[in-house]
Amino acid sequence: MHPAFSVIFLTTLIGAGQGLFLALFTGQFYSTVELVEAQTDTFYAIGSALSLALLVGGLGASFFHLGRPERAWRAATMWRTSWLSREVIVLPAMMGIVFLYGVFHWFGWTQPFIVLGEGTLPIDATFVLGMLGMLVTLALFVSTGMIYASVKFLQEWHSPYTIANFIFLGTASGFMLAAAYSALIGNQLVGFFGTWAVIATLLGLVTRTASLMRNASLKHRSNLQTAIGIRHRGIVQKSQGFSAGSFNTREFFHHQTPDALKLIRVAFMVLVFPVPIALVLLAYLLESSTLPIVAFAIQYLGLMAERWYFFAEAEHPQNLYYQQVS
Amino acid sequence: MTQLALVIDLNVCVGCHACVTSCKQWNTSGWAGPMVDENPYDANPTGTFFNRVQTYEVGSFPSTETVHFPKSCLHCEDPPCVPVCPTGASYKREDNGVVLVDYDKCIGCKYCSWACPYGVRELDEQQQVMKKCTLCIDRISDHTLPEAERKPACVIACPTNARLYGDVHDPDSEVSVAIRERGGYALMPEWGTQPANHYLPRQKTYMHLTEEDLQRSDNPLTKEDITVYQGEETMEDVTW
Amino acid sequence: MKDPAVQHDAEIGQTEVKETTCYMCACRCGIRVHLRDGQVRYIEGNPDHPLNKGVLCAKGSSGIMKQVSPARLTKPLRRKANAKRGTSAFEEISWDEAMTMLSERLGKLRATDPKKFALFTGRDQMQALTGMFAKQFGTPNYAAHGGFCSVNMATGMIYSIGGSFWEFGGPDLDHAKLFIMIGTAEDHHSNPMKMALSKFKRQGGRFIAINPVRSGYGAIADEWVPIKPGTDGALFMALTHEILKLGLFDRDFLIQYTNAAELVIDDPERDDHGMFVRDESIEVTRGCTDPQDKLWWDRNTGPVLTHTDGADPRLLGGYTMPDGTPVKTSFQLLKERVDDYTPEWAESITGIPAATIRRLAHEMGVMARDHKIELPISWTDVWDKEHDRVIGNPVAFHAMRGLAAHSNGFQTIRALSILMSVLGTIDRPGGFRHKAPFPRPIPPCPKPPNSPDAVQPNTPLDGLPLGWPGRPEDLFVDEDGEPVRIDKAFSWEYPLAAHGLMHNVITNAWRGDPYPIDTLFLFMANMAWNSSMNTVEARKMLTDQDENGEYKIPFLVVCDTYASETVAFADLVLPDTTYLERHDVLSMLDRPISEFDGPVDSVRLPVLPPKGECRPFQDVVIELGARLGLPAFTNADGTAKYKNYPDFVVNYETSPGSGIGFLAGYRGKHGDKSLKGEPNPNQWEQYAANHCVFHHELPRSYQYMRNWNKGYLHWARAHGMTKWAEPITIHIYSEILQRFRAAAQGKWPGRQPPERYRERIETFFDPLPFYYDTLEAQRVDTKRFPLTALTQRPMAMYHSWDSQNAWLRQIHSHNYLFVNPKMAIAQEIQDGDWIWVESHLGKVKCMCRYSEAVEPNTVWTWNAIGKAAGAWGLSDRADESKKGFLLNHIISEELPVVSGDGKQILSNSDPLTGQAAWFDTRVRIYKADAQEPQVTEPQFPPMKTLPGQLARPKQRWQAYVAGLFGRK
Repeated sequence: MHPAFSVIFLTTLIGAGQGLFLALFTGQFYSTVELVEAQTDTFYAIGSALSLALLVGGLGASFFHLGRPERAWRAATMWRTSWLSREVIVLPAMMGIVFLYGVFHWFGWTQPFIVLGEGTLPIDATFVLGMLGMLVTLALFVSTGMIYASVKFLQEWHSPYTIANFIFLGTASGFMLAAAYSALIGNQLVGFFGTWAVIATLLGLVTRTASLMRNASLKHRSNLQTAIGIRHRGIVQKSQGFSAGSFNTREFFHHQTPDALKLIRVAFMVLVFPVPIALVLLAYLLESSTLPIVAFAIQYLGLMAERWYFFAEAEHPQNLYYQQVS
Repeated sequence: MTQLALVIDLNVCVGCHACVTSCKQWNTSGWAGPMVDENPYDANPTGTFFNRVQTYEVGSFPSTETVHFPKSCLHCEDPPCVPVCPTGASYKREDNGVVLVDYDKCIGCKYCSWACPYGVRELDEQQQVMKKCTLCIDRISDHTLPEAERKPACVIACPTNARLYGDVHDPDSEVSVAIRERGGYALMPEWGTQPANHYLPRQKTYMHLTEEDLQRSDNPLTKEDITVYQGEETMEDVTW
Repeated sequence: MKDPAVQHDAEIGQTEVKETTCYMCACRCGIRVHLRDGQVRYIEGNPDHPLNKGVLCAKGSSGIMKQVSPARLTKPLRRKANAKRGTSAFEEISWDEAMTMLSERLGKLRATDPKKFALFTGRDQMQALTGMFAKQFGTPNYAAHGGFCSVNMATGMIYSIGGSFWEFGGPDLDHAKLFIMIGTAEDHHSNPMKMALSKFKRQGGRFIAINPVRSGYGAIADEWVPIKPGTDGALFMALTHEILKLGLFDRDFLIQYTNAAELVIDDPERDDHGMFVRDESIEVTRGCTDPQDKLWWDRNTGPVLTHTDGADPRLLGGYTMPDGTPVKTSFQLLKERVDDYTPEWAESITGIPAATIRRLAHEMGVMARDHKIELPISWTDVWDKEHDRVIGNPVAFHAMRGLAAHSNGFQTIRALSILMSVLGTIDRPGGFRHKAPFPRPIPPCPKPPNSPDAVQPNTPLDGLPLGWPGRPEDLFVDEDGEPVRIDKAFSWEYPLAAHGLMHNVITNAWRGDPYPIDTLFLFMANMAWNSSMNTVEARKMLTDQDENGEYKIPFLVVCDTYASETVAFADLVLPDTTYLERHDVLSMLDRPISEFDGPVDSVRLPVLPPKGECRPFQDVVIELGARLGLPAFTNADGTAKYKNYPDFVVNYETSPGSGIGFLAGYRGKHGDKSLKGEPNPNQWEQYAANHCVFHHELPRSYQYMRNWNKGYLHWARAHGMTKWAEPITIHIYSEILQRFRAAAQGKWPGRQPPERYRERIETFFDPLPFYYDTLEAQRVDTKRFPLTALTQRPMAMYHSWDSQNAWLRQIHSHNYLFVNPKMAIAQEIQDGDWIWVESHLGKVKCMCRYSEAVEPNTVWTWNAIGKAAGAWGLSDRADESKKGFLLNHIISEELPVVSGDGKQILSNSDPLTGQAAWFDTRVRIYKADAQEPQVTEPQFPPMKTLPGQLARPKQRWQAYVAGLFGRK
């Protein structure tokens, strides 16, 4: 597939936004049960704004993917069948919840209206919104992932790993961002977020490596024999029927060399996983407030490469029909 | 339910591209038009076509087959491109099974093209909406046209009649009979898309010769005096 | 969007449907043009047309883009006074200025030396008019493109069976059971051939394609027989060898309908050696016929007149006439000729295994013998014998430029004609069938002038510019035996050049050999590009000046619809219309669209107004004729005889009161007469009312065996198809060729060739076909140039000059050289590499494409995709000029000069007919240096947009919608 930058930005930005929200609420939950130090409402409000900004940025990027963005509203209509439609519904829903979550924190509307667990778990509006947001975040990860994973023709994507990767990598980058955010404002949750970021990154490493291994040994169901219905090993296309390309040669091919592909793969495997983890550890040891920011930036860059590769790696069966000009 | 479709006879397709341009000229000024061309007179000319004719070589010299292979939307019975469309722009008609795109609803997200294994949807790069073969819906459903002309433009134009058209759900239609009797097959059956369009394979005619065909008493040479005597022939070996 | 089911196309805008005839290629299908608000909405095949019955090809379906092409010329142009030729520096002038300029110049030439004017047309199908104009002008220097296209096919077959493939005959696939197609990828008879092939295959017919390349129609063949280019003659000789050896020939057919059993004098000492024994005592029709005064050898009584009642002639054998003359039957001579042409011998030449050759021969012979077709059609032969049925041997052949475009093409096609005849397949069901006006006498009656005296100032040419020589006396040479025509057609160099040698005109005129000319008028001929051999030099010759600064070819007039490469070299440009803007006739006097069952002609009617100041070429010719005072175009008082071309077509008769004109249909005052009748003022309207076509179906008894069918021949004579109702006996043995050979041997009582041609004539004018290596292969180092380079045109552009068509060019915007991977890998050439292709003449750079569908000794490419930068309205960067290439640059128009020829300069052509030997080109290929720019070579300075030329759209997009396009 041709990696479109609009979709690369969309998925990586909202992934980080989703992860950041998860991080914020995880922090809130932990502080509610007094496992970590409580943070100010402002911390959550600004964090939510950051998360919302990422989500809005992702949404904005998605418009560049559309041929007719002015009609984007129509995309919500087919939620019964289309994961894309579902994403289109869930993304604004999440943005709404993140917005409310931030607003409630900002205005300090955090008066518990019920206390559960023998007085240990006070439930306020932000807690409800956070729980709800967590579910929606998950739903958004699944929707986004399923847009790709549900296309059975793209066998590289058609796997639970795709969902897992979107969840873990999005979560990792979000927690990494939360750590960076904490480091920037100098609060104590750098280590907390950093630890979770490392855990998510490691989980992502496992699922992404698994998907790479799966795809490396993937046997494509279609081949030239099934594509044109002729049983012979030696089929070669001589002409795709036109000389200078078409939508089908632009949308479904990355037009890069195998070496370039390999380079990108190595790059993201380094930038997304070992480097940020090492930087987080180093930051912990050195008590550095800049290294977590660097870690996030590098991981995000790596994730863009990862997403580029995600598209480029996927071999669409239609490509069998578009091989040669003569 | 009616399912209109094309059955393409690879046994007679000579790869002339008549279907490619007859489609273009009908549809660019029709319901599905325009079919835009980019750089029409410059480097890298590229445009929207609903139908392409490709060429494959099968086998190696001297046992090579050259196969011309026309391809357009296969109007799947279970079109994977339709449910993925977030706006409902892609739809399959109830009355005749033709898969269409409503350009007014299309947002140009291209997702339907990802969900088509056959690569037959083409984005109009100027209008930024997805376009595809309509089976000339504005011909086949135009009751003001004479019956014989209520066919896709490619079917009417095809000089070798390699494109049969009809209802594949009607067991007695020309297309169903052809599929049944000529080994009609679907492309990429592994995906379960159930394409309505089918292809008919190459068929070979051989001639079988026997010794008797070549050595016969009515050989016209027997009417000629074709003995060639080399010098003096003698009968010395004869002992009577 | 509206539901398509409720929207009716015909209700959008102002809709009209007009019928006319396609001209996107030479096939000429009937079309219905749908217009919306005056713009073309849709062009569909006309279901009521006998040729295409409703189908239409890729080209015909792209006619819309022809109308909007930015290459279109719209104004007459004159080269600016101080501008150099070839730089596209033109100024607009009025038609009156253009016509005045032209008529003054031509008037002077006509008054002094008419042969200084040469008229050559690329697209023919208007030859009846252009040939007439040339004759009226008085110049012999006229021809269409046949000489570089297919004259070998026309002559090779017409000199053997009295008809040939394409318009004038073809394979009867309705009845055939075995079809062998040789050297054909696409066809002149494009859509009908496709329709017939499909039907044939579905009926279970067996289809064998013999071709170095498997493409086009050959793709759907049941068997592909790859053959080395230019060796088809060897294959035919070996097939005939095997068929004769096994007795698989049609003995009765050969005896009755060919000269196989006729007796030939066999005494090399005698002057009449190789001539038929003739009984000069009997009364026979003599004229442009094959007199029936020849003899058979009856097995009981000895020599008898052919077709003597009750005779039982021998087909084989040598005999001695009562007067002691040794004779042999023609067939005996053929048998002796093919004796050594064994399948094993042919294998070494053609690359086809001997076993395959044998099997092919057996298949042909057994199919012809054992699967006979008998149609219950009674007919009478010219010897008054009644037949109650027509018999057919269902083996059909078709061949094309793969055979024709070689310097051994004529004899190869003679060999094919003989193979077809030996199988008994001529004008019979399932075999080859003629189309009116053929068959014609062998050779047809029109003759070129035979002396320079035929060219006189202010006088029409005495004779026709083109014709069919039957003996040395018919050659158009002067007292010294030297050519009179600029292209040397009908000279001893190319005696049977029935279509001229357009491919040598520029070189000859530039060199002044045989003489310089003044004005060269080219109509629709891209002689500065894909219609010329040795293009690089041809372009230089067009701009070459003598020491006084005069151009070697002083004045060049180009009439075309589009800004072709050649237009850039014109001194005067005349903008023609497109096919949708004009009247045309596809005439019985020219190249009609007849069917097997009878004559068909058709017309084009304008469906759109001419763009800009475009004028139909025919109108220009008729006006020019009147301005020059040519007798056929002027009244006694000197005024113009015809208003325009439509008027001319209605009123012109071949001779006063002949009742025969350009159109055969709807003649007579009321349009109720067919083929013959006085002019009908409403003829065009009646064609319009009848789908633009006239189809005269012959009675069934006239539809077969026409060479010998009394009813048909008398009908044909009565309707001006032929002059004679004599039998057209198939020439297994060609006494015509023997006459030329005898002349070369000094045994002919009349004209004899100059010394330097004697050996050439003696060698090639063999009365029986023989195989020889192509002339280029004889002259170049074939070890250095081991490959043969060929071209084909892709189906979507076949016979069309529409590479600039916005839709078609997307299918093929550039071309590759196809090579067999085995051969390429041996030279370390990878698929897609940039390579050089080099011939003895020069080299071109292009990209390589592997193909398993090409014979390893052959490389090939799509022809005429490559364009010169800026030509045809395309941008300077267009793929056609940067990635596309033209093989013509390395195809020589003349043979390498070797001492063996006495260092003569000879055209790279067939020595009998002057057919351009395009496919003889020997090349080698090698990888281009990685440092070289990735662009095809040679490159030329870009051609500029001409004044009045429709400009290229500024925007990136072109969205054609009829009724809206280009309108705000």
